[in-house]
Amino acid sequence: MTELPYLTIREASELIKKKEISPVDITRSVLERISDIDRKLNSYITVIADQSLGAAKNAEEAIAKGSYLGPLHGIPLALKDIFITRGIPTTCGSKMLENFIPPYDGSVTKRLVDAGAVIVGKNNMDEFAMGSSTETSYFGPVKNPWDLNRVPGGSSGGSATATAASLCLGSVGTDTGGSIRQPASLCGVVGMKPTYGRVSRFGMIAFASSLDQAGPITKTVEDASIILSAISGYDPMDSTCVDKPVPDYTKHLEDDVEGIKVGIPKEYFIDGIDKEVEEASRKAIELVKDLGGEIIEISLPHTEYAVSTYYIIAPSEASSNLARYDGVKYGFRAEGARSLGEMYRKTRAEGFGDEVKRRIMLGTYALSAGYYDAYYLKAQRVRTLIKQDFENAFNKVDVIMAPTTPETAFEIGEKTEDPIKMYLSDVLTIPCNIAGLPGISVPCGFSSGGLPIGIQIIGRPFDEESVLHVAHAYEQGANLRERRPPI
Amino acid sequence: MKISKDDALHVAELARLEFNEDELEKLTGQLGNILEYIEKLKELDTTSVKPTYHILYLSTPFRDDKAMEWLTPDDVLENAPERQDEFFTVPKVIEG
Repeated sequence: MTELPYLTIREASELIKKKEISPVDITRSVLERISDIDRKLNSYITVIADQSLGAAKNAEEAIAKGSYLGPLHGIPLALKDIFITRGIPTTCGSKMLENFIPPYDGSVTKRLVDAGAVIVGKNNMDEFAMGSSTETSYFGPVKNPWDLNRVPGGSSGGSATATAASLCLGSVGTDTGGSIRQPASLCGVVGMKPTYGRVSRFGMIAFASSLDQAGPITKTVEDASIILSAISGYDPMDSTCVDKPVPDYTKHLEDDVEGIKVGIPKEYFIDGIDKEVEEASRKAIELVKDLGGEIIEISLPHTEYAVSTYYIIAPSEASSNLARYDGVKYGFRAEGARSLGEMYRKTRAEGFGDEVKRRIMLGTYALSAGYYDAYYLKAQRVRTLIKQDFENAFNKVDVIMAPTTPETAFEIGEKTEDPIKMYLSDVLTIPCNIAGLPGISVPCGFSSGGLPIGIQIIGRPFDEESVLHVAHAYEQGANLRERRPPI
Repeated sequence: MKISKDDALHVAELARLEFNEDELEKLTGQLGNILEYIEKLKELDTTSVKPTYHILYLSTPFRDDKAMEWLTPDDVLENAPERQDEFFTVPKVIEG
């Protein structure tokens, strides 16, 4: 019984389908593990024990009656606390929304529930998804399950930690500049950001609307494919959600990778990249070559401008999106203001944390009179150049392979006083968001200190299938799943 | 690019934020450093490059003008910090 939380979604769903285990057993075992060890990790803000057991019971009864919904039926999953859940607190890691109880479900929530998934809780995260270490959460930092003195990455650090430590069978996070792939890499799990527009953003609290995208964090590539198949697809409630058919992403995982063209961007092996990370990445590329992939060196010449571009676009969009937190309609309101203007200022000064305020200030500055052309417009022009780099590369190759992060998990507190240092931990994940492309991070080894390393695979717009296909082939060849975090 | 404390104060006013003296000092320095880093984009000549505001080629989707089921006023007001009947309540708008 204690082994149940360690199962993959695929393994558990096979057993549930054959009625060898019940959704109630596995949900209970996950809840027990959360109550045993999450005080050391802090990966959940809210655990929904009673309600999830009720949902598991419903799943059990439905399956007993023969109405099996598919591979997520009865599977205990978690959600980053950025996804709106009806009747369940949704904080976005902020004091501003500490007591917010949404009156509706977001689309990701709804699709998972409709697929029969059992939501066990809401994962901790950087406040409003702004951070690369999950240290900016109002509810305290999340710890990396491989080393409790280190960060799990961010902003979906709670989702990555909970998945790595088997406190859920998988989770859904969001990725604006690397917030799924970077923590997945630092925690030794799989994390995928789909193409912008693949998954509905309705009911997903907005950070930077032209970059935000939801995606799975799981133990395996196959599990990521299962969740992605469930949450993708057109939604009339999100005008940027694209009306394209959704394939069954698990279908072509086993196909041969013989002859697939894999581009290696020389700019991603930057100065300052950790030696062990570089070595593990080169080894992963070697393995894909051995499996039949054709390795081609490519150039993405504007890579070095991506972080600057991002730190104009993302804060600008955030400053606009976060204007809604004014203490009027929902969320925190400061006490004792004598006028409306004072109430706005006090509410926002007391309700937001430092990193969120820093980004609102930066974005407001970049959009303010006299600076718009120099910053925002300039960044949008450079965005075109970064996007064109990828378009040129994808004329020659099918997927791109590169390290996910320049280094392994860093220590808690190591970068909190130096925003730029923190921002640079996303230097290899940001370009993908700027160009809207699908990308995945898959574990590719460990440092000598026992910390996980991830390899990133990027694909053409809406070609999640090739990304998953190569990722799966690599994962099967590398066979790294035996090692579990010591917790 | 360094910015002055007055610049930071002005932006704080636009963003409806407020800071004490120490916070403002620290923030002004940090914003200056970030802006300096961002200046890197000036290396690129982009005069003939079109901006990309959005990576998708979007058209405005339309739907039929039909009423849908949605939240009741009570659902919506449930989270209000203060309410009166079917209204949100706020402090006086006109000062004095």
